[in-house]
Amino acid sequence: MKDVAVIGVGMTKFGELWTKSIKDIFVEAALKAIEDARVDHIDSMYVGCMSSGLFVGQEHLGAVMADYLGVSPIPSTRVESACASGGMAFRQAYFEVASGNSEIVLAGGVEKMTDGADVTEALATAADQDYEVYQGVTFPGLYAMIANAHMYQYKTTRKQLAAVPVKNHKNGFNNPNAQFRSEISIDKVLSSTLVADPIRLLDCSPVSDGGAAVILCSLDIAKKFTKHPIIIKASTQASDTIALHSRKSLTTLNSVSKAAEKAYKIAGITPKQIDFAEVHDCFSIAEIVVSEDLGFFEKGGGGPAAEQGLTALEGGQIPINTSGGLKSKGHPVGATGIAQVIECYEQLTGQAGKRQVKNAKIGMTQNMGGSGASCVINILEAL
Amino acid sequence: MISPKYFREIPQRYRLEAGKCKKCGQVYFPPRLICPECKAQEFENIRLNPEGKLLTYTIIRVGSDIFSLQTPFAVGIIELKDGVRLTAQIADVDLDKIKIGMSLKLVFRKIQDEGASGLHCYGYKAIVI
Amino acid sequence: MIGIVGFGSYLPRYRIKVESIAKQWGSDPEVIKRGLQLFEKTVPGIDEDTITISVEATKNALLRAGINPLDIGAVYIGSESHPYAVKPSGTIVIDALGIGPDVHVASYEFACKAGTEAMFVAYSLVKAGEMKYALGIGADTSQGAPGDALEYSASAGGSAFIMGKENVVAEILFTNSYTSDTPDFWRREHQYYPRHAGRFTGEPAYFRHVLNAGKKLLDKSGMKPEDFKYAIFHMPNGKFPQMAGKKLGFTKEQLETGWIVPWMGNTYSGSSPTGLSAVLDVANPGDKIFMVSFGSGAGSDGFIFNVTDKIKDVQDKATKVRDMLDHNQIYLDYGEYAKYRSKIILNQ
Repeated sequence: MKDVAVIGVGMTKFGELWTKSIKDIFVEAALKAIEDARVDHIDSMYVGCMSSGLFVGQEHLGAVMADYLGVSPIPSTRVESACASGGMAFRQAYFEVASGNSEIVLAGGVEKMTDGADVTEALATAADQDYEVYQGVTFPGLYAMIANAHMYQYKTTRKQLAAVPVKNHKNGFNNPNAQFRSEISIDKVLSSTLVADPIRLLDCSPVSDGGAAVILCSLDIAKKFTKHPIIIKASTQASDTIALHSRKSLTTLNSVSKAAEKAYKIAGITPKQIDFAEVHDCFSIAEIVVSEDLGFFEKGGGGPAAEQGLTALEGGQIPINTSGGLKSKGHPVGATGIAQVIECYEQLTGQAGKRQVKNAKIGMTQNMGGSGASCVINILEAL
Repeated sequence: MISPKYFREIPQRYRLEAGKCKKCGQVYFPPRLICPECKAQEFENIRLNPEGKLLTYTIIRVGSDIFSLQTPFAVGIIELKDGVRLTAQIADVDLDKIKIGMSLKLVFRKIQDEGASGLHCYGYKAIVI
Repeated sequence: MIGIVGFGSYLPRYRIKVESIAKQWGSDPEVIKRGLQLFEKTVPGIDEDTITISVEATKNALLRAGINPLDIGAVYIGSESHPYAVKPSGTIVIDALGIGPDVHVASYEFACKAGTEAMFVAYSLVKAGEMKYALGIGADTSQGAPGDALEYSASAGGSAFIMGKENVVAEILFTNSYTSDTPDFWRREHQYYPRHAGRFTGEPAYFRHVLNAGKKLLDKSGMKPEDFKYAIFHMPNGKFPQMAGKKLGFTKEQLETGWIVPWMGNTYSGSSPTGLSAVLDVANPGDKIFMVSFGSGAGSDGFIFNVTDKIKDVQDKATKVRDMLDHNQIYLDYGEYAKYRSKIILNQ
């Protein structure tokens, strides 16, 4: 397999993009990435999207986007893995370059969630339809059950959960593409409406429209396009049971720990060598559990770590979600996995502005679907 | 709920029918074609004991359209005496009094209505015992 | 010997007091309680209906009968609140309980006496030698129109009776029925609430049919009121069954155990059947039980039971009606009640 590099990135603002269709959003992000990479063509493309069918009534998205990007007849592949659609699209693009099959590949992700569909119902298709959703459980409900189990087992507190969105909003304030650029306080989180006890509105990532894209090529030609190619050291993926109740543990996300274990092995590093990470904070508890399962803290240590600022940008031991995370940046589902890679790229190329992690050399992205039934992890390194 | 799909799920929803792996004894609900543990493909049809304990729960305050009239309601993950875990609503309970570890029993209730003219969809919910 | 082999009931835990309904409509609760002689009623949960009630009642009946559900050859459910207008409630009840598929199923409808009609037909099939066991259920979640007198009493609950020839706990000695076209209370197709003819529902309807059926049942059996330990009548409110019992020559003591309407309300097709279940919960071998139901439209079914010595083996095998009435109640206010009973117009 060849070494693969990211040579350009582009994304739209994330938010309620009333005047833009799903096609507008994807093409805008893709064109920005192509321009940033300074390539004059792409050989293949991947479109990560969870549910264009339910949200806007359009499937066959690979073909739709190749058409509107004006790049037919190149192969164009829609990738779906609920909220990990973007990360998985990226991994598929990585393989197409690493295998030598294509030289320059675009990996993009998009979601258009505000055209009036029942969002709760659409997102619930990421869970077990027959044995979770049928019973009345919602997506926040699943994570709330993880939170209650984690609080019961490890004495994680409600206040520790709140530390996560507070930190992420602080970071997102400095992200020009973020949906919310406003700081919030612990009190504000704790007094927001209950969605599924103990999860409140401000623990939840928002409903967003947005698109993101990156350009990949093999390292041996990357220097033609950029002085600062970022190498993909590892791109791994793992799965777990679809239903939360089938998991061996209610407080460990096995897909995360398995994918992480493999990623560290392939990259030849330990968790301590990760300088910063973009993780999937669909709900505040998710970031806490993931920070443990990625090996940054021991089981039960994620809550105290968030509370003590160990994952903060300033003075943190391992800055997590410098982009603002899903909470502040926004979570257009299919685009998230790609946006995480973009934040890594900006950090590793020193372009993160006020969000910059000093001496950022190795970054990690962790993207997951549903209540953790699928997970894609990337480790990226500045050359 | 489309009719053929609802009809297929009746043995599970109404009678808690599960599959017990003939080789390693693991019980699966709903039944499966292949045992993830030992990879055997032969199962015995059993009915689950409806009693169990509450492992975790939440109170749904914002539900999907179908459940919007029922909020707030409690759902939890219950471990039954056969070792099977499943997700179910906890009915007829004071939401403030739910505790992890509570003893529960599954009973037959209506789970959802498919609008004003569709099917009544039945299944299991848990009550405190 | 043919009769009841297993019996069981189910009442929802939710209740609403007369005070809560009276407050809503600006009526005097004390006047209503005195007039109707009932003070609260059962309310079905949002997830409960005639089908779920029938399933849980039958589970209790099966615990007492101790039989294989596959030996039940017919399942009849009488109700005026069947969840489907077309698709018998019994089709769902059988699959929930593992009965069938070699089974007869039908829904019965006759206002409040649909349950006893189901019991009569189940008994008759066993008597005719058609099958080993047959199940007759009376269950309802009836609606009372908002602000109407019936709103104080229309409640939810049901009872199930497995009829058979072996291990009979209450032998059926005599049955009869008395029916006529008496338009005291009815509901047209597609109407949400029933209509009734006010005071006409009393003497020309309830009393005419209950008293005639009762007198003719006594004649048929050659028995006298004093021969009975218990008497149960359809209970639309607390007053009517007491008046009927008195007119037929029964005492208050004979009515007492089965007179559960003050706590339960009128469970329509479940009314006298659940009164019967409450009696069977405590009856002794040799006790004779007299029961007359009433369904508007109108008709009455009569039964005379003789409790056998097998009754003591089964009483404790399932929850008793008095337990269901006296414990674990969850009281609702009118707003919650209106929401549970879908009386609120939604934006759909």
